[in-house]
Amino acid sequence: MHELAICQSLMSQVTEIAREHDAQSVTSVIVGIGPLSGVEARLLKNTYSIARAGTVAENAELVIECLPLRVSCTQCNSESEVLPNKLTCKQCGDWRTTLISGDEMMLLKVEIEKQMKSEK
Amino acid sequence: MCDTCGCNITHGNKGLIQPGGKLHKTESGREAVTVLHSLLHENDHTARHNRDHFDYHNVLAINLMSSPGAGKTSLLEATIQILNDDANQNQLRIAVIEGDLETENDAERIRKHGVTAIQITTGSACHLDAHMVHEALHNLDLSQFDIVFIENVGNLVCPASFDLGQHLNVTLLSVPEGDDKPAKYPVMFRTADLVMISKCDLLPVLDDFDPEKAEAYLHDIASTAPIIALSSKDHSGMDVWIEWLAHQIEERVRYLEKHPVQVHDHDHHHEHMHNDEETPA
Repeated sequence: MHELAICQSLMSQVTEIAREHDAQSVTSVIVGIGPLSGVEARLLKNTYSIARAGTVAENAELVIECLPLRVSCTQCNSESEVLPNKLTCKQCGDWRTTLISGDEMMLLKVEIEKQMKSEK
Repeated sequence: MCDTCGCNITHGNKGLIQPGGKLHKTESGREAVTVLHSLLHENDHTARHNRDHFDYHNVLAINLMSSPGAGKTSLLEATIQILNDDANQNQLRIAVIEGDLETENDAERIRKHGVTAIQITTGSACHLDAHMVHEALHNLDLSQFDIVFIENVGNLVCPASFDLGQHLNVTLLSVPEGDDKPAKYPVMFRTADLVMISKCDLLPVLDDFDPEKAEAYLHDIASTAPIIALSSKDHSGMDVWIEWLAHQIEERVRYLEKHPVQVHDHDHHHEHMHNDEETPA
């Protein structure tokens, strides 16, 4: 259950971004998770609701974009969408493929509300 | 993946941030900050820092991972026995960083062989992270070693996600665990630079473990890692492992000759001194 450690790291980045941009609050946090990232989206959601408490993002929604798992075949050059424990080429069946997407765990975007500046 | 050169924009996420993508537009009155950092940004930063430390001292760092009881400590003991033998041509100076939830037991096992071992007790944390290894490095004079083994917490899930600053990952799959572990734990086995089938002396009694099937499951997850079958008990296969280690050290030396670590730079605030920077007492 390393999602808590990952979520704490996420919150520290979000808090820092909010501070850098003089945000009054964070309205949403958008992350991208691939099936081979080792992060379970459901667990991340659960831990997020705990980790955000008392931070500038305490009311921010966590949006998880599930990224596709795709490989490129080094033998026939075709691309396939695959399953986490079957990364072989769907075209020619060869196992010598390289991952082109699916192991990401990234903070993609943070949406903030700025502090209202007083009019002149 | 770094956060600076643009390689963090992958096939998977580029569609989201391009014009028209889900992440491109923001509701009015709000500001959107595009980040594209790993969720473990801080850990990865410290890991790079650890790797610089190892490189600065020409030390090869290996992260040993497996489920609990797969024989990581026994492998290290057998490795030390062979490398400490004067007849061995590959004399390597070893240090070990041990990660466990509790106890100094594993570090004590290593120390009995006259080898420096630093124990990290993680409490309830299920993995080591780069910060824990960084702390451990404060107690290790890296100039005295050729190779540092980091024995991670026994766990086939969480350690896979955390870069510690190692150069190579070695994942053990012990015979009693079954040959289909790579299919069950693809994230872990995909990180392996070498897969070791351990406790091979048990193959005659546990004949439902088929090393060829294990290899097929590794191919299913597109792993190109070499596989070494060995036994720390009867030392079969240990020579292949020692040769692999010696080869990796040579490769590292060759790499560092081409890419020398110029300075040990700190681009972040540091509250402490490192061993190698301190004036000897």
